Amino acid sequence: MYQHTRLTTNRLGFFQKFKNFDYVLLICILLLGFISLATMYSTDGGEIKFHTKSHFTKLAVFTLMMLVMSFINIKYWFSIGYLAYLAVVGLLVGTYLFGITSSGSQRWINLYFINLQPSELMKIFIIVCLAKFFHRMKLENVNSIYTILTSLIIILLPMGLVIVQPDLGTAVLIAISGIAVLWFAGINYRYFIYTILGFIISLPFVIAFLKPYQKLRVLTFLNPDKDPLGAGYQIIQSKIAVGSGGIFGKGFLKGTQSYLEFLPEKHTDFIFTLFSEEFGFVGSAILLVIYAIIIYRIVAIGASSRSYFAKIFCYSFGAAIFVFITINMSMVLGLLPIVGSPLPIMSYGGSSMLATMIGFGIVMSARVHNQQLIA
Amino acid sequence: MINSSSDNVKKLNSINRRMFITGSLKFFIMIGIVSRLFFLQVKENKKYLTLSDKNRIREWKLAPVRGEFHDYFGNVIAGNFEAYQLHVIPEQVEDFRYVIYRLKDLLELSDNEFKKVLKKKNEIKPWETLIVSDNLSWQKFSKINNHLYDLNGVKPVISISRNYPFKENFTHLIGYVSQANPDDIESNEAIKKNFVPGLKVGKVGLEKTFEEKLIGTNDIERYEVNAYGRRISQLEFQKGEKGKTLKLTIDTEVQKLANELLKDKAGSICVMDIYTGAVIAMHSSPSFDPNLFVFGISQDDWQLIRNDPMKPLVNKTLQGNYSPGSTIKPIVALSALENGIINTNFTVKCTGKTEMYGQTYHCWKDKGHGYVSLRNAMKQSCDTYFYEIARKLGVDKLSETAKKFGLGEKVFGDLFDIEKKGLIPNTQWKKNALGKGWLLGETIITGIGQGYIQTTPIQLCLMTAQIANGGYKIYPHIVVNDKFKDQPMDKFTPLYKNSKNIKIVQDAIFGSTNEVMGTSYRSRIDNPEYQFAGKTGTAQVKKITEEERELDLKTSQIPYEQRDHALYVAFGPYKNPRYALSVIVEHGGNGSTTAAPMATKLFKLIIDRHKIRESLGNKKYLEI
Repeated sequence: MYQHTRLTTNRLGFFQKFKNFDYVLLICILLLGFISLATMYSTDGGEIKFHTKSHFTKLAVFTLMMLVMSFINIKYWFSIGYLAYLAVVGLLVGTYLFGITSSGSQRWINLYFINLQPSELMKIFIIVCLAKFFHRMKLENVNSIYTILTSLIIILLPMGLVIVQPDLGTAVLIAISGIAVLWFAGINYRYFIYTILGFIISLPFVIAFLKPYQKLRVLTFLNPDKDPLGAGYQIIQSKIAVGSGGIFGKGFLKGTQSYLEFLPEKHTDFIFTLFSEEFGFVGSAILLVIYAIIIYRIVAIGASSRSYFAKIFCYSFGAAIFVFITINMSMVLGLLPIVGSPLPIMSYGGSSMLATMIGFGIVMSARVHNQQLIA
Repeated sequence: MINSSSDNVKKLNSINRRMFITGSLKFFIMIGIVSRLFFLQVKENKKYLTLSDKNRIREWKLAPVRGEFHDYFGNVIAGNFEAYQLHVIPEQVEDFRYVIYRLKDLLELSDNEFKKVLKKKNEIKPWETLIVSDNLSWQKFSKINNHLYDLNGVKPVISISRNYPFKENFTHLIGYVSQANPDDIESNEAIKKNFVPGLKVGKVGLEKTFEEKLIGTNDIERYEVNAYGRRISQLEFQKGEKGKTLKLTIDTEVQKLANELLKDKAGSICVMDIYTGAVIAMHSSPSFDPNLFVFGISQDDWQLIRNDPMKPLVNKTLQGNYSPGSTIKPIVALSALENGIINTNFTVKCTGKTEMYGQTYHCWKDKGHGYVSLRNAMKQSCDTYFYEIARKLGVDKLSETAKKFGLGEKVFGDLFDIEKKGLIPNTQWKKNALGKGWLLGETIITGIGQGYIQTTPIQLCLMTAQIANGGYKIYPHIVVNDKFKDQPMDKFTPLYKNSKNIKIVQDAIFGSTNEVMGTSYRSRIDNPEYQFAGKTGTAQVKKITEEERELDLKTSQIPYEQRDHALYVAFGPYKNPRYALSVIVEHGGNGSTTAAPMATKLFKLIIDRHKIRESLGNKKYLEI
């Protein structure tokens, strides 16, 4: 066993690691970065202004960070799993205590050099933490009460901290990230089915407990035309923008809906709307294909990884990214109620991009060190 | 070790199975999103494209330019000028209070005006235009333009507005425009279609009648606007059409003289071409300045006009029902001749009064005229003679002739909705309207134009014109080339049975003006070029009691409301008549002293103007 370990921990040289890179994934990420920059340029009205500059800086720094991360052995990421989780929980507590309040919710914490949104980071680190938790667990223990309770606590603790901010949307996304891990770890199907059934049954009661603005969002989703200038405005304008794009779009920098400021939140949650208006069905489909390739590569890397940790992380991260994309797009296309959820990489926002890039970094590290076993 | 590896295999199997399920799920969800995109962007594209355009394109309608009124010689009698206005759309202003107080300072609005603006703001919907000021001076307008940078949402507008350069001269004829009210919009399709806030529409007179022709069509500006309604760029400017300019048959010079003659008097003057029916002048006095109404009349001005005892708001030419007095005598004489009741040799002895059916009927001349024939009776306006022939004629035959000559019905048809019909009584009418039988005494006073009989000044003018032109039917009109209503086929049909009778009456009227003892002899013009023939009339407004008759008061000694109306109808030049006129001065006393001298002045001008009119007409005047 000792020998075995030594055999597999043979150190890879710098160039070998380079060779092991998943270049398809890297190119897709860079392409996505480029598209997001171009879109940001369009939101700035065809000028290089604050959002474009800031987005570019973040993109450059975080891509570099991702590359650095991929050179660090996957074992290391495994070892810091719990610590990172606890650190982010600590940040969430810090946010609760001294966070910065903006537009009615306390989501940001001032770290002197950056204003961070820890809830975004939690979307990734909850996967790292739970992946580590299930790494060594025997399959017969997975469905034990202890395991289920512990994993539920791991999920509910940050969720609670995010809900009080209040930020229901991100809390739900954190839960989805966690649940994805539970799913791949092999928790009994029945629990998922029961949970879904229980959720559906309790939905009316949950709605009764929602805050008025959240209730309004749900009602608006069901019938946006009821209050076209108020609550329904965002979704109606978003659909108009997407729909008016047509097959080939209105052309770069020519999206009237965004240019004339009919689009709300066009830098962040509704960035896809702007993109879709300017590049049409064809552009949107291409963007979706890029995302699909990224997710496919993440899953493929997971499949080729020898360690269970890497595998479960990649699968869960792939699923989580997929859900983030799906929720964001469904929201702007009027398929889901408006929940604050950014489109990975495309949306403006440092914390979201940092979290996504950390995820990509770990995936890339798993790829580079795919032969690495973790005891 | 073996256990652990078999567990690993199981774990791997589990995770890979679940990955497969997840993968398939992802695939279907992706398909779902793509099909949603397809639905929105390809299938429903048109709908959303329209919605997007609706979002970004906004239309502004501008007030159409109203057509003008020109007189026969091309003078503008109702035109347009550029008014500087200030519009605000409350919805588009971020901080309405700030903007409105800023405007108050800049425009130096009084507290009262300011309150009015605020009140107006509360009455309109937030997306409707609030007109803060509708007629700014150039100084204030440019001041606002200099401060536009901090008056977000304020729109300086140059608007075309109505102007009546001749002020009170044409008020009753043309009418005036004023801001359209909800009733105007409801009742007129053209106004509804072209409505913009602040649109002025015709309220009375020809301005109202020809609204559809005058109104024109809106200019339309299309702008690209952003989500806050701010204009980003102009996409299109669609020029509207100016309303049609209407040329009238009116001669401004004559109209002005009419206004001058009736200054400070209540009454009416109208002048008509006896062949074409073209109205040369038509004035009702007192008048008022229609410009006052264009931007809304002030309460003080309105009260002044409304409470004037001479009733400036009444168009006396069309609405005034007057007893024709002696001006009816040509018709009575004509009717008697036509019906063979009398001939030129028929004489009556006038002793100043006559007893009939137990009542005493007085001639205006206490001493009487002695034996009078038709010509003398007309000349001296002997009442006794006309009592006698009216008695012999009967009211029904008289009313038949009177109606033939245009009395008792609207002269302009539906051109003016205010026009009155007057009243030509007969036995049938009295039975129907009053339920009583006709009394012979009533016939007798009808013979001198008193009693039930009522006529409007324009009717008297038409009657005179039709006698003057030899007894042929004409249709008076005011608008040149008026396709609005084509002139009927029965134009110029003879109204007489024997044209000699018309000649007799014409000659009698000639005597009345141009021979010694004639009632309007003092107003005659000897120069044959201007010589005219006319008949005076003095209409009592109340019954004269025996005591009053004894007193024989002068006009100035009688209270204003009880004085007689002075009337005069005439045509000229006598040798070759072309124009007829009627003059009425309310409570003016005697026709021969008050009304007839006006005709003298009028004929001098009318006949001078006729040459100019003819020279113009040779080129253009084809409107018969």
